[in-house]
Amino acid sequence: MSGYAYYPGCSLLGTGKSYDESTRAVFEALGVPFQELEAWNCCGATAYSSIDECTAFALAARNLALAHRRGDPIVAPCPNCYLVLTKTQRYLQQYPDMRQRIEQTLERLGLQLGNEIPVRHPLQVLQETPGLEEIQKRIQKPLKGLRVVPYYGCLLARPFPIVEDPWNTTILEDFIEVTGAEVVPYAYRTRCCGGALTGVIREAGVRMVHILLREALRQGAQVIVTTCPLCQFNLEAFQQEALGNNGIQERIPVLYFTQLLGLALGLPPEKLGLHRHLIPFQPRHAILQEAVS
Amino acid sequence: MKGNGEVPRIGVYVCDCGTNIAGKVRVPEVVEYAKNLPGVVVAREYKYMCSDPGQDLIKRDIQEYGLNRIVVASCSPLLHEHTFRKATAEGGLNPYLVHHVNIREDVSWVHDDEEEATRKAKAIVHGAVLRVAWQKPLEPQSVPVRESALVVGGGIAGITAALTLAEAGKHVYLVEREPTIGGHMAKFDKTFPTLDCAACILTPKMTAVKDHPNITLLTYSEVEEVDGYVGNFKVKVRKKPRYVHEDRCVGCLECIEACVFKEPRFPNEFDLGLSKRKPVYIPFPQAVPPVVTIDPETCLYLRLGKCKKTCVEACGDRNAIDFDMQPETLELEVGTIILATGFKTFDPHRTPKYGYGKYPEVYTSLEIERLVNSSGPTGGEVVMRNGQKPKRVGIIHCVGSRDKNTNPWCSKVCCMYSLKLAHLIHERSGAEVYNFYIDMRTPGKGYEEFYNRLAKEGVHLIRGRVAEVTDAPLHPEEEGKLIIRVEDTNIGVVRRIPVDMVVLAVGLEPQPDAEDVRRLFNISCSNEGWFLERHPKLAPVETFTDGVFVAGACQGPKDIPETVAQAQAAAANALALMDKGSVLIEPNVAQVDEELCSGCHICIGLCPYGAISFNEEKKVAEVNEALCKGCGTCTAACPSGALSQNLFSDHEVFSEIMGVLL
Repeated sequence: MSGYAYYPGCSLLGTGKSYDESTRAVFEALGVPFQELEAWNCCGATAYSSIDECTAFALAARNLALAHRRGDPIVAPCPNCYLVLTKTQRYLQQYPDMRQRIEQTLERLGLQLGNEIPVRHPLQVLQETPGLEEIQKRIQKPLKGLRVVPYYGCLLARPFPIVEDPWNTTILEDFIEVTGAEVVPYAYRTRCCGGALTGVIREAGVRMVHILLREALRQGAQVIVTTCPLCQFNLEAFQQEALGNNGIQERIPVLYFTQLLGLALGLPPEKLGLHRHLIPFQPRHAILQEAVS
Repeated sequence: MKGNGEVPRIGVYVCDCGTNIAGKVRVPEVVEYAKNLPGVVVAREYKYMCSDPGQDLIKRDIQEYGLNRIVVASCSPLLHEHTFRKATAEGGLNPYLVHHVNIREDVSWVHDDEEEATRKAKAIVHGAVLRVAWQKPLEPQSVPVRESALVVGGGIAGITAALTLAEAGKHVYLVEREPTIGGHMAKFDKTFPTLDCAACILTPKMTAVKDHPNITLLTYSEVEEVDGYVGNFKVKVRKKPRYVHEDRCVGCLECIEACVFKEPRFPNEFDLGLSKRKPVYIPFPQAVPPVVTIDPETCLYLRLGKCKKTCVEACGDRNAIDFDMQPETLELEVGTIILATGFKTFDPHRTPKYGYGKYPEVYTSLEIERLVNSSGPTGGEVVMRNGQKPKRVGIIHCVGSRDKNTNPWCSKVCCMYSLKLAHLIHERSGAEVYNFYIDMRTPGKGYEEFYNRLAKEGVHLIRGRVAEVTDAPLHPEEEGKLIIRVEDTNIGVVRRIPVDMVVLAVGLEPQPDAEDVRRLFNISCSNEGWFLERHPKLAPVETFTDGVFVAGACQGPKDIPETVAQAQAAAANALALMDKGSVLIEPNVAQVDEELCSGCHICIGLCPYGAISFNEEKKVAEVNEALCKGCGTCTAACPSGALSQNLFSDHEVFSEIMGVLL
């Protein structure tokens, strides 16, 4: 047992680099014990499972088996990894023949599945360790006056929600409030960002991004906070197309919740990967500028 | 081959049931197999054993072959055991010398594999042959049926059933847990498809219940305990204290006026919280009984023991108010029971995408029924919470119906009541009304015509399941509105329709305590929680417990005409039983073998019906057959094997098991 088995997944090595950096920084600052899962592989994601389901589950199961060997729960910041690992876990319980096949495959690698390994999202982890009350005490630079849209995206809400009642949860809002920022009511907080549609049916994907951004702007938000690298990517990278092409000049930065939390904890912006964003986070208020600088 | 004395001469009859059994079980093979079983003299296949020629086979064979035991392998004994007992008796044998086994529901209908199904049918027949040899001639007991009935639930179903029985001269106890009878129907303004006023047709019936000499009306009461059996039920009813003597209150309502709360400030349950009431209240003007009730949760005196009690003062010499009133338990004896406990509407908090509870202008259909009702909170005006009339209203069908995430069933009444509400909302407010439906289901007399009428009236009918209701506008004309997002499947386009008010056509669900009520009356529920009828087609108001009937929406979603028809059918069934005056009871009672009984008393303590007593003279247990219900507890518990139960003797049960397993 060496704390959480940190599972970055492929996104956090690529477009979601700043999510990786900020999650590690926040975990360190708040004393969440974690260590990267050694020799982890791709979770299988959507692409693999739509072509060969059983092999895709085997890929995900290998990660579960690695965590089992360590005896640690997995923490997966990417909701897609969270979904795939959780789903694999469920299917392994539900379908004994699939489990048997996968077990045989893993055996050749010298791995065993064992019992259920908990798969958690950083929101859940931080809520317990150290907990919101403790985080509150450690806030150094409260983000007073910052209007934040809490955007969960779809995968934390369904089909395997991280909370009991995803329609009425406030888990993300609670974190935003802890940073001292203001939560903007957002009707679309668990709506799809367009996912892979921006890549395959671009018009449809961009339209979904447009709807989300427009509502955020209408509510007077200054920043959107996400929990997912794909949401972050879609909302940021397609802003020019979604807003600019519709004659809207405004832009809105899209951050990870760990970045917002990191800023409020007083961590240096470059440690949180803030410099990596296409739309820079440049708050107008002096107090916030201080947090960012 | 053993048996109980005489040499068994068994006839075995295997039914094809058309292709119901023969389609899966190789019946000729089962018959050949049966022919070689010990004691079997004749075995036959027949297409429909329950038909007259089928029954005649049994009668003739009894004569020709001198049969003394019969086995019929066909459908469920619940359906036809009675038929074959009768045929056996007509053939000259005691009717309890036939054993009926089920190779349809238990075999052909539930198995795919012909080989396995045939093997199972053989095993069951084998068990029956070994068992029947041990069966004894028995005589059923005849018991009198009391000429009084209990009706549970005072909605339109209960009211109708009670009045029908009372008119026929039977005494009826009508039990309702709310302070007034009337049920859901009392909340409606108009009824479909005729648009006649619900109160105008219901309240005369409510008054008739109150005034009928043969009806004892017990409101604000619940059934607590049910004992006994068909014809002789013993029922305990708990009457909650309403802190007002029903016989003294004249319904002048002066106490309400005088209450220390000057303004009504507690949600009125009858108006689903859309209006307020005082702690002393009457649910609605035509309530029956027309007396007030004091709510202990909100009354200052009952809660804190301190109040000026201005209500008592206002009541004056009538002295109807009594704060010391205690709950009362009444013991009733009735011959038959009719359950008419109704339904509850779906709670749309379970479909958060429609924003109920989040957006104030999203209502349930039942709330809108109160809004359009002239005795409702707005006097029949359709207005939003800000008092203004809506310009556009959207009615979303199938909320909590036909939905895998909530309830899979069609609630049957929502299409029609949604059309009715569309008409009424337009009539009262002039609003443009949109109906969003999956399928428009309007079977019923005059129903399709009503739909056509509404279509002509200009109601927008959009076919598509609504995705969500949101307040986030995309276009300027959506500002400040609720936007309904839906795929209009008739034109293949996703639409956003801004409205001022949304009505959720909530479906019907079993009452939340249906499971408790089911246990109380010893009947069954379907998986969904609706009370289960004895047969879906041929015994729609009977239950598996003799003497207990169901009526109305407690058995499944139903509209008013259907509910009334079913209530009258239930009443007719109960009447038939009571008018006959007696009923034959299965002779499955326990018996004591005095030679074996050691007098240990174990059975006496265990018997749930107090049917066993101790004979001090002989020092043995004795069973009172009139009280014994054949539950088998004593038989299983007796350490000396002295107790046995008719139809379930050890020999019968063990040889059947052996036959099935061999």
